[in-house]
Amino acid sequence: MALLEVEHLSFRVPARTLLEDIDLTVEAGEIHALVGTNGTGKSTLAYLIMGCAGYRPEHGEIRFAGQAIDSLAIHQRARLGITLAWQEPARFEGLTVGDYLRLGTDPATAEDCLQRVGLVPADYLRRMLDKTLSGGERKRIELASVLALQPRLVILDEPTAGIDLLSMHEVMALIRTFKERGAGVLLITHREEITRMADRASQLCGGRIFASGDPETVAAIYQGRACRCCNGEECRNVRTR
Amino acid sequence: MSELDSWLQVLDSRGVDRRILADGAIAHLMANGNRLLSQRQLPGLELDTKEAEDGIVALIRLRRSVRLEHPLHLCFGVLPASGRQRIEMRLILEDESAAEVVAHCFFPNAERVEHRMDAVVELGAGARLTYNEAHFHGPHGGVTVIPKAKVRLGRGALYRSDFSLTSGRVGRLDIDYEVEAGEDAVAELTARVFGHGDDDIRIRERLVLAGRAARGLIKTRVAIEDDARADIIGITEGHAAHARGHVDCMEIVKDRAVASAQPLVKVTHPQAKVTHEAAIGSVDHQQLETLMAHGLSPSEAVDLIVGGLLGKPGTAPAGVVTFRRPPHSTPTKEQPA
Repeated sequence: MALLEVEHLSFRVPARTLLEDIDLTVEAGEIHALVGTNGTGKSTLAYLIMGCAGYRPEHGEIRFAGQAIDSLAIHQRARLGITLAWQEPARFEGLTVGDYLRLGTDPATAEDCLQRVGLVPADYLRRMLDKTLSGGERKRIELASVLALQPRLVILDEPTAGIDLLSMHEVMALIRTFKERGAGVLLITHREEITRMADRASQLCGGRIFASGDPETVAAIYQGRACRCCNGEECRNVRTR
Repeated sequence: MSELDSWLQVLDSRGVDRRILADGAIAHLMANGNRLLSQRQLPGLELDTKEAEDGIVALIRLRRSVRLEHPLHLCFGVLPASGRQRIEMRLILEDESAAEVVAHCFFPNAERVEHRMDAVVELGAGARLTYNEAHFHGPHGGVTVIPKAKVRLGRGALYRSDFSLTSGRVGRLDIDYEVEAGEDAVAELTARVFGHGDDDIRIRERLVLAGRAARGLIKTRVAIEDDARADIIGITEGHAAHARGHVDCMEIVKDRAVASAQPLVKVTHPQAKVTHEAAIGSVDHQQLETLMAHGLSPSEAVDLIVGGLLGKPGTAPAGVVTFRRPPHSTPTKEQPA
């Protein structure tokens, strides 16, 4: 039994189908990359797994450690051990970085997690988690905060977006830390090189899983994709799963 | 028990260190209703006070170049269920002087209480004043608070005010502040209010950037629930070259509460610039879901967001306020000893 099981999942908004018949699993201690261009439904799948408001499957089921979680609210899923690092993390007025990192964990863990994303705790713990932080700083703090939660399953939505190239290895090392701690990682990305660090990969195209398996193979297929904006039309007849 | 002892108990109950009244190095002024209870002045700081026919008249003057080492504490309020307090205060900081004023305003049992403050504040060239005013109200909402202030800032002066009323029922609040900033002067006005029940909140702040390169910010943070109402007016005027001003108003609304914000900007000099932003609505959705993804329940997440919004950055812990108040039917009334 996989840690996360998504079976025959479909999701519609009034005008169109955003996800269609998605099958996907993430094992404990596994990094599963979900790759695709903009608008393919990667973040939508993340919100469905996390249970965000307005995101309920039309068909299919999501199970976590064998338990169906479709009816659970976000915090109930979080308390089972699922968490999500948003692509563009929220900012909070009047909340310090330290306060945020200590939600549900101890202070020492918070400091260690900050160091793991390349931030000096003494410089950041008392800073406000507001717009005075740069996009890259806020992103790193989000990654530190989900690490501090010690999740069983973490969904990372474009974790390298907004991170400078020199710091990329720190973020990749952090992603591996989740795996080393036995957590499953659903790694959402649009970059081939990030896909290659995974244990398994799936390519999402036009709201459907287009290819799934070895990351090198999936990354190569993704690199040679026919469609630029991934509307599913060009790929529809060459599905390889 | 004497009035003073009652006050000391109230200070204790709100975590205010009573030693501020006994310490010979710390200036203070304490008044219960229209009665003066205690005061201490220091070299360079003059407190000239009297009980007049209709309230207290106070002249506070900080002499040129004097910099207070410790804050001046103002303890005002009405402890009984009914009463009236009117304070006419003139606060003068002469050139190059500096002070921090901490005003503690207590109305813990108010059912029919009125508090009026008419203040004139004058800062000389290069003077610096931080004025923090924290109100502690009871659960009944029977208090009317009407603070009015006219503030004039000399060249290069710095004025920061922070008004907070996040504890207990607001009652009726009607703030009217006007600040005129001279050349190179800086003014920052912050107000944080949390309204419940049928609280009625009105805040009008006008900042006039009259001098060259004067700068200013009006920042208002309000959360209201139940049937509370809040009307916020923030006016900033730029009348000189390189004057820079900003109005920033954020209101969180819940239940049947109604909020309005009117940022008004006016510029009469082509090299002045004034901007504004206002946001009214429920708690930000992504903030809420982010905290829930960290395991907080929806109510815990809302409390943390509102607490951060109304808390004092850098000093107060987040989550200091709770959006849901105790039921009106079972108030916990504090009794003066």
